[in-house]
Amino acid sequence: MRETERAIMGIIKASRLIFDYIRRDEDENVEEIDRAIDNLDVDIEKGSFVAILGHNGSGKSTFAKQINGILTPTEGTVWVSGMNTADEEAIWEIRKKAGMVFQNPDNQIIGNVVEEDVGFGPENMGIPTEDIWRRVDESLEAVGMTAYRYKSPNKLSGGQKQRVAIAGVMAMRPECIILDEPTAMLDPNGRKEVIKTVRELNQREGITVLLITHYMEEVIEADRVIVMDDGKLVMDGTPREIFSRVDQLKSYRLDVPQVTELAYELKKAGIDLPDGILSQEELMSCLLPAFEKKFPGQIIR
Amino acid sequence: MSIRAENLTYIYGQGTAFEQYALKNVNFEIPHGQFVGLIGHTGSGKSTLIQHLNGLIKPTEGAVYYEGVDIHGEGYNLRELRSKVGLVFQYPEHQLFEVDVFADVCYGPRNLGLAKEEMERRAKEALELVGLEKKYWEQSPFELSGGQKRRVAIAGVLAMNPQVLILDEPTAGLDPKGRDEILDEISQLHKERGISIILVSHSMEDIAQYADRLMVMNHGEKAFDGPPREVFEHYKELEAIGLAAPQVTYIVHGLRDHGVPIDPELTTVREARDAIVNLLGGGEHD
Amino acid sequence: MIRDITLGQYYPVDSVLHRMDPRTKLFGTMIFIISLFLSDSIGAYVIATGFLVSAIKISRVPFRFMVRGLKAVMFLLLISVSFNLFLTDGQVLVKIWFLKITREGIRISCFMGLRLIYLVVGSSIMTLTTTPNELTDGLEKSLGFLKAVKVPVHEISMMMSIALRFIPILVEETDKIMKAQMARGADFESGNLLQKAKSMVPLLVPLFISAFRRATDLAMAMEARCYRGGQGRTKMKPLRYGRRDQAAYMVCFVYLAAMVGVRMVL
Repeated sequence: MRETERAIMGIIKASRLIFDYIRRDEDENVEEIDRAIDNLDVDIEKGSFVAILGHNGSGKSTFAKQINGILTPTEGTVWVSGMNTADEEAIWEIRKKAGMVFQNPDNQIIGNVVEEDVGFGPENMGIPTEDIWRRVDESLEAVGMTAYRYKSPNKLSGGQKQRVAIAGVMAMRPECIILDEPTAMLDPNGRKEVIKTVRELNQREGITVLLITHYMEEVIEADRVIVMDDGKLVMDGTPREIFSRVDQLKSYRLDVPQVTELAYELKKAGIDLPDGILSQEELMSCLLPAFEKKFPGQIIR
Repeated sequence: MSIRAENLTYIYGQGTAFEQYALKNVNFEIPHGQFVGLIGHTGSGKSTLIQHLNGLIKPTEGAVYYEGVDIHGEGYNLRELRSKVGLVFQYPEHQLFEVDVFADVCYGPRNLGLAKEEMERRAKEALELVGLEKKYWEQSPFELSGGQKRRVAIAGVLAMNPQVLILDEPTAGLDPKGRDEILDEISQLHKERGISIILVSHSMEDIAQYADRLMVMNHGEKAFDGPPREVFEHYKELEAIGLAAPQVTYIVHGLRDHGVPIDPELTTVREARDAIVNLLGGGEHD
Repeated sequence: MIRDITLGQYYPVDSVLHRMDPRTKLFGTMIFIISLFLSDSIGAYVIATGFLVSAIKISRVPFRFMVRGLKAVMFLLLISVSFNLFLTDGQVLVKIWFLKITREGIRISCFMGLRLIYLVVGSSIMTLTTTPNELTDGLEKSLGFLKAVKVPVHEISMMMSIALRFIPILVEETDKIMKAQMARGADFESGNLLQKAKSMVPLLVPLFISAFRRATDLAMAMEARCYRGGQGRTKMKPLRYGRRDQAAYMVCFVYLAAMVGVRMVL
C-alpha cells in the first residue's frame, strides 16, 4: 500500500498542510497565532519547473521552508521523495534531496573563496576529498562560474553570488532546488542571469525547480504556476492560463508583464485576441492580421 | 531651488593601483519641481552621483551648486543642505532604530534643532503623507511589515521638509502592489507639494509612467538625458549598454516596422491601447 | 569599494613559504619567537638575523611589506627603548639632568628594540604568506588536541572564518547606515564625549539588528546545506605535510639548537 502511494506521488507533496507562527509572551503563554499556511494541497512532479507567486506575506516563503525541514508542519504532512519532513531521522537525507537558495546573496555564502563555498555542502555530507573536487568542478561548470573559482565572493556581482549559491546546492546532487525569491535583491541583468541558469539546470540536468518570486517576467517559462494568497493556493495552471486572468491576479496584489496587460486591455476594448499572451512576438503576430484588414497593402510581413 | 552639477568627477582610490573613475565629467541642471528618473546598471555611478547632491561625497573635481551656491564653498552649511535635499537610501528601513515609529520619524527634525511642537507637527505630517495609519505610530518599527517599514523610513526623510527628494530604488524587494503604492505616493508628493523628485530605478516601465525627464548613466558618464519618450527612441543604444526600453516601446516600434502608422513615442500600456484601438477603429473602451 | 580591503595582509605570490603547510609556518614562527627571548648576545642576534633574512628572501614578498606592521608598534617601540635607555643602572656615560645613559642601558635597549622589530617582522612573514583561511585551518588542526579537554576547536575556527567573510560586509554596511543617518542631519563628529556616544545609538542599533538578521539567515543557509558541526565532516582541502615541510621542521630544529647552544656557550 505504502509503496504504491510513493510511486504515484510527485517529488514534493504537501497534504492538508497548516502552519502557524505562534508568538508567546514572557510567560510562554500564547499571545498571537498567525496562520501562514492554511490547508495547502500541492503535488510537484519530478523534473518540472514550477513557479510559486504571491505577494509578501502570502505564505510562499513559509512553504519553501517546509520543504527542506527548516520549518515543520503544525498540521498535515509534507513529503520529499517519499520522506516525511516531520521525521527527524530523515531530515539530513531530505536536505540532500531538496536544496535551497535564499533571497539575500550575501547571507548564504559561507566560504571566503568561491570554490570553497561550493564545497561546503559536500564537506558537511562527509564526501571523500577527491569526490568533493569532482562535484565542485562540475557544479561550477553547470552554473558557468568556473572562471571565478579562486575569487572572493565579496568581489562578485549579486547575480554571480546567486549562481555560486546555486552551485553550492548543486554540489550536494539534489533532486530538486527550491529558490526563495532569489532575484528580489538583484538588478535586471542579475535577474536574467539567475533565471537563465535555473532554466538550464532544469532542462539539461532534469532538476526539479521550485521558483518562488513576485517578478512576473520570470514565470513565463515555467511549466506550471501556482499562486498563493493568505496561506492558500488560489490559482494553479500553465503561465498562459494564469496570465489570462489579469483582474484576478491584481486582486492578489500581483501584476502581469506589460505585453500581457496590453493584450488584455485590447481584448477588453473589443479587439479579437487569444487569452494570456506572454511575449511581444506573440502579440505582434496576433495584431498584424487585423492591421492588414484595416490598411490593405500597407502592412509588410 | 535648482541643483546643478558642473564637470562632476569622482575617482575612487586616487593615488593607488585601484584608481577608478566612478563619475566622469557629469553636467546637468535640475530645475525646481522636476520629476527625474535616473537609470543605469549596477556600477554605472548613479549611487555615487546622488550622494554628491547632498554633500555626502565630495567631488574629486567639479562642483555641485544648490540654488547657485557651491555646496563645498567656504562656510556652507552642509547639514542645512541635507534637510533641503533629502536622500532616501536603498532599503531605507535598515536605518530605523527608535523604540517607536513616531520617535524615529522625529529623529531628523530633532537633529535640525526644531522646537518640540514643530518637530511633532512635521513627523505627524510626514507619516500622513506616506499613508501610514495612525494605529501604527506608537508601535516599534521592527514589528511592521516590509512595506510599512519602508514608509516609516521615507517619512523620516520627509519630516526634514526637503525641497528635493532623492530616492534610491525605493521599491526594491516589494511586491507589485506595494511597488505601485509607494510610487503613487511619491508621485502625489511631487504633484501636491511641488517637491523635485530624483528617482533611481531599474524599471523603465516605472520611469515611463512617472518621470518628466530621464537621465541614463553608463560607466560614470551621462549617456542620455531628456524626456523619457525621446530617450526610449534610442532603445538599440540602451540595449548596447545593458538596459532596455519599456516593452510597449518594442511593440509600437515592431508595429511601425511592419508598416502600421502608429506613433513610435508611446511608452505606457494605456497610450498604446488607445492608439491601437483608434487605428483599428473597433470596439468601445473606457 | 570598501569591500576591496583585504583582511590580514596576505601577499599573493608563489613561493616555497606560500606553499608550505600553515601548521609548519605556525610552528616556525613560534620557534622564532621563543628563540628571540632566549637570545641576549650579539652572536645570537647574528644567527636570528640570518634566519629572518633567509625567510624573507624565500618568501619573495617585497621588504617594504614586511616592515609595514612596524608602524603600528612604533609608539610601543619608542617607549620601551627609551625607558631602557635612560632608566638602567650601571656605568654612566652621559648624564642630562636626572636622566643618565649607561653602557648597560644602551645594550639592553638595543636588544629590546631588535627583539620587538624581529617579533613583528617574523610574524608578518607568516601572515603575508598564509591566507586567513589557511591560518584558521592550521590553527584548527594544530590545536586539535584541545578537543580532548572539551574546547570546541572546530566551532571556534568556523566562527573565525565566518567573521573573516562578514567583516568587510559589515564595514560597508556601517558606512551606509552612517551616511543614511547623516542624510537625516546626524552629526557624528562634534560635541563632547557623552554627546558623541549618544550620537552613536542611531548607528549601532541598526548595525546590530542587521548583524543579527544576517546571522539568522546564515545559520538557516548552513543548516539547509547539511551543516551539523564538525562531526562526520570531510575536508575539501585537507592539510597534508610535504617534503618541504619536513625540511622546514629540520631547519627550525637546527636553528633552535644553535640558539640554545649560543646561549649556553656565551
